[in-house]
Amino acid sequence: MANRNVKLKFDELSSTLGTFKGLEIQIGRIMDEEWEEPMGPTPMPSVSTLRSWDRKLLNRYKPFYMPFCDLCCLCTYGKCDLTGDKKGACGISMPAQQSRIVLLACCIGAATHAAHGRHMLNHLIQEFGKDTPLVAALNTNVEAPHVRLVCGIKPQTIGDLEEALDYVETQIVQLVAAAHTGQEGDNIDFESKAFHAGMLDHVALEVADLMQIATLGLPKGDPEAPLAELGYGTINPDKPVIMCIGHNVLPSVDIIDYLMDHDLFDQVEVGGLCCTAHDMSRYNKRSKIVGPISWQLKFIKSGIPDLIVVDEQCIRTDVMDQAKLIGVPVLATSEKSCLGLPDRTHDPAEAVVNDLISGRSPGALVTEPRKVGEIAVKTAMAVRKRRGEKKLVDLGDLKEIASKCRTCMECIRACPNTLPIMDAMTAAKEGDYGPLAELNDLCVGCGRCESACPADLPILTMITQASKDQLVNEKYPIRVGRGAIQDVEIREVGSPIVFGEIPGVVALVGCANYPAGGGDVAAIAEEFLKRRFIVVTSGCSAMNIAMTRDEEGQNLYEKYPGNFDAGGLVNVGSCVSNGHITGAAIKIANIFAKRPLRANYEEIADYIYNRVGAVGVAWGAMSQKAASIAAGCWRLGIPVVVGPHGSKYRRMLLGDQGKEEDWKVFNARDGQEVYVGPAPEHLFYAAETLEEAMVMIAKLAMRPNDTSKGRAVKLSHYIDLHKKHYGAMPDDLHLFVRRGQDVPFTMKDEIMKILEAKGWVEDRIASPDPTLLDRMVRRRE
Amino acid sequence: MNTGQTAEIAGPKKANVVPNPDVAAKLISRAKRPLLVIGSESTAVKTKDGDLVDTAIRVMRNEKITVVATGHLVGEFRRRGVTKAYSMGIFVLGKHLSDPDWRGFDGLGSYDAVVFAGFPYYMEWLVESGLKNFSSLRTISLERSYQPNAEWSLGWMPEPDWKDTVDKIVSRLEEGK
Repeated sequence: MANRNVKLKFDELSSTLGTFKGLEIQIGRIMDEEWEEPMGPTPMPSVSTLRSWDRKLLNRYKPFYMPFCDLCCLCTYGKCDLTGDKKGACGISMPAQQSRIVLLACCIGAATHAAHGRHMLNHLIQEFGKDTPLVAALNTNVEAPHVRLVCGIKPQTIGDLEEALDYVETQIVQLVAAAHTGQEGDNIDFESKAFHAGMLDHVALEVADLMQIATLGLPKGDPEAPLAELGYGTINPDKPVIMCIGHNVLPSVDIIDYLMDHDLFDQVEVGGLCCTAHDMSRYNKRSKIVGPISWQLKFIKSGIPDLIVVDEQCIRTDVMDQAKLIGVPVLATSEKSCLGLPDRTHDPAEAVVNDLISGRSPGALVTEPRKVGEIAVKTAMAVRKRRGEKKLVDLGDLKEIASKCRTCMECIRACPNTLPIMDAMTAAKEGDYGPLAELNDLCVGCGRCESACPADLPILTMITQASKDQLVNEKYPIRVGRGAIQDVEIREVGSPIVFGEIPGVVALVGCANYPAGGGDVAAIAEEFLKRRFIVVTSGCSAMNIAMTRDEEGQNLYEKYPGNFDAGGLVNVGSCVSNGHITGAAIKIANIFAKRPLRANYEEIADYIYNRVGAVGVAWGAMSQKAASIAAGCWRLGIPVVVGPHGSKYRRMLLGDQGKEEDWKVFNARDGQEVYVGPAPEHLFYAAETLEEAMVMIAKLAMRPNDTSKGRAVKLSHYIDLHKKHYGAMPDDLHLFVRRGQDVPFTMKDEIMKILEAKGWVEDRIASPDPTLLDRMVRRRE
Repeated sequence: MNTGQTAEIAGPKKANVVPNPDVAAKLISRAKRPLLVIGSESTAVKTKDGDLVDTAIRVMRNEKITVVATGHLVGEFRRRGVTKAYSMGIFVLGKHLSDPDWRGFDGLGSYDAVVFAGFPYYMEWLVESGLKNFSSLRTISLERSYQPNAEWSLGWMPEPDWKDTVDKIVSRLEEGK
């Protein structure tokens, strides 16, 4: 649609103005309008364009800061003590400093996805051509909802996505600049900028995933995408094992292609960890998914890999040290993570392979994805041969090793979850390895216990070895990431979601920094699947959902369908597939409600916020990328619940249900400002327990637009979960029941008694055509 | 350094170590409106009363002290026949406590001393950081590990000593001291 960098060259041009020789004209961009929809009010918004929208949200959900550090050490004035109401030498206050750190985290996250997208874009345009059609999903016209909404462009080819990414990159630079000493000083403006980073992040996510879907043959929104294998036990260690770690699938694609082209797939195991694994399985379901990020260190330490291939994001920064311990080379494939290795991109493959096999070089940096396959496969096969029978790490007698434990508790202090490692060691001293094995499912695999241990005990490997019998049998099916939600699915569910009859959409996304193991994510998923919510998932969470079986040996992917409908379990794919989840919410506003999409951010976000009962859940959120993904949800008005460790993002966005003035909206029908109750009550909430999270998810699915039937359905889930886990009815029902018809029929007597005690009056809480935007009022009375 | 005597210090202002149970009891009993906040790990923390929930129920005999359970812990109080405990998410509570206009659970006014026990280390660390920076409340941590962001914290001690200390504090409160 848009032609960029057009050059016109005239040897000689005659005109009424005269004759020009050797004339060259360069035009940055020609708009070729094929999109009938008129341009909306905010094409490619700058840092402050959506500030007033952000402030509407932040006025309801005021930040509660919990400083991680009371000092600022970002410039040479400091360190400055900001405790309480003190100010830094530049004048910055503690709230501003905390929100500045939140902004920086979101910028890092957005930049990481944008850089990922840029690598995809450059490489895939070079390989497939910029005119390759952008086919995102079957039965779908709205191929790129975020790009359309934010940038106001309708991409038709993969080359068209470049303009969107240019915009994202430019804006991230502006945002990082705002965090410099002596720039922004207001905490709410910092928060608004963090929201901006989040919005940019979702554009970048969409670009990155659409690029690979359009060119690499990944599933195109297929609800019946194939099942792949996941788990420690899926890898046959007898074969050469290539272990791919990270998020950028391009090097892994070349490895798979090389294996296919040379008919070696049966002879070599290629497995992935973290999101690269998702995308490998989307590319070829024969590749194996070892597991989420929490498995990275434990799997390397097992000695199973014969070659470690790292691309980008969430890779162990000490991977060279870990590889050295098991005697295998590392192939780094991204400029973002060179690991101190020599750049061998332009060397002949054979030379690189020989150096890696011989051990002359502990690893190599090869940044051209199409050179990785040959080097990786040949190296892994030769290294496997060299390692022979001594490949797997065997610590020998665990009892003897455990006897060196000094019971100093340093491991427990270092463990993010305060796991009873010392008690397990004490039991192991007596030959009881059960407690060690029990730690396996709870361990997030960070390795801090080993780092802290004064006796240098190989704690992680001891845990793995103690649970070996269980691990070798761990094989689970997982439906590979399907990518986007089809337009036709949106048409089917738009009405029941908006009117509340489908009680909500729960998106289980993010990392594996869980407080008590990945089984919690599966438990949340199952709870809401049984309740006929739509459950969407991605990344490590999607893997952990697979890793729990019921008594009949089935996991949730085997029990629930993959379509975007009530009771559907929808694995969209990797981290960069998260854009499809928020994209589905945008498409509900556009396709079902016919709201204009093009560069119309505020109206669409206002629609989603007031009508679409979607809740993001990142139970193990760990990274800056998770922060920026959450920020993209906040700006769209989608609340996010995180697990206990998510509190370390150091600020929550919490509503105050007692402040009636905070919960007023315009009725678009008559312009009146009316009270609608605290729905959704919070925008960013860290739950202390799994049970608290479940109740909060059900509660946050309520929206002002719910019909009485829809509100009754949502209330019944909220009440049921509350009674189950809190042992009583919620004490805030009077804030969510608007009229008698909202009350779930089966609980009517009980609820009406509570409402009477609270002095509840029918219709004091209004049911308007809700909007936060004055300009959306259609008629004023 | 003794075993366990380490902490993540956020900045120049850090908790005073409570020297003995009497001081802790006086800090609480001298407050006009004390609040005891009981966290989700309380059922796993053993005390001389049984666990921390049992101890909190014992504290509730002193009618001046309001008890609030975070997470979904209030269900445990109800299962043990106690309906007087309030319930609130830990960070929502933190936000309310840092609001000088908040009138408390009973609507009678804000609290002036807040006592924490039974939390994951980092969650308590964080909420006390918020209160240290954005309120003038007296905060007291009764955890076994030193909590640097409280105003007063028990120092790390072996489990039997900690159980004994908590028991003495609660006994003093029962005696109204």
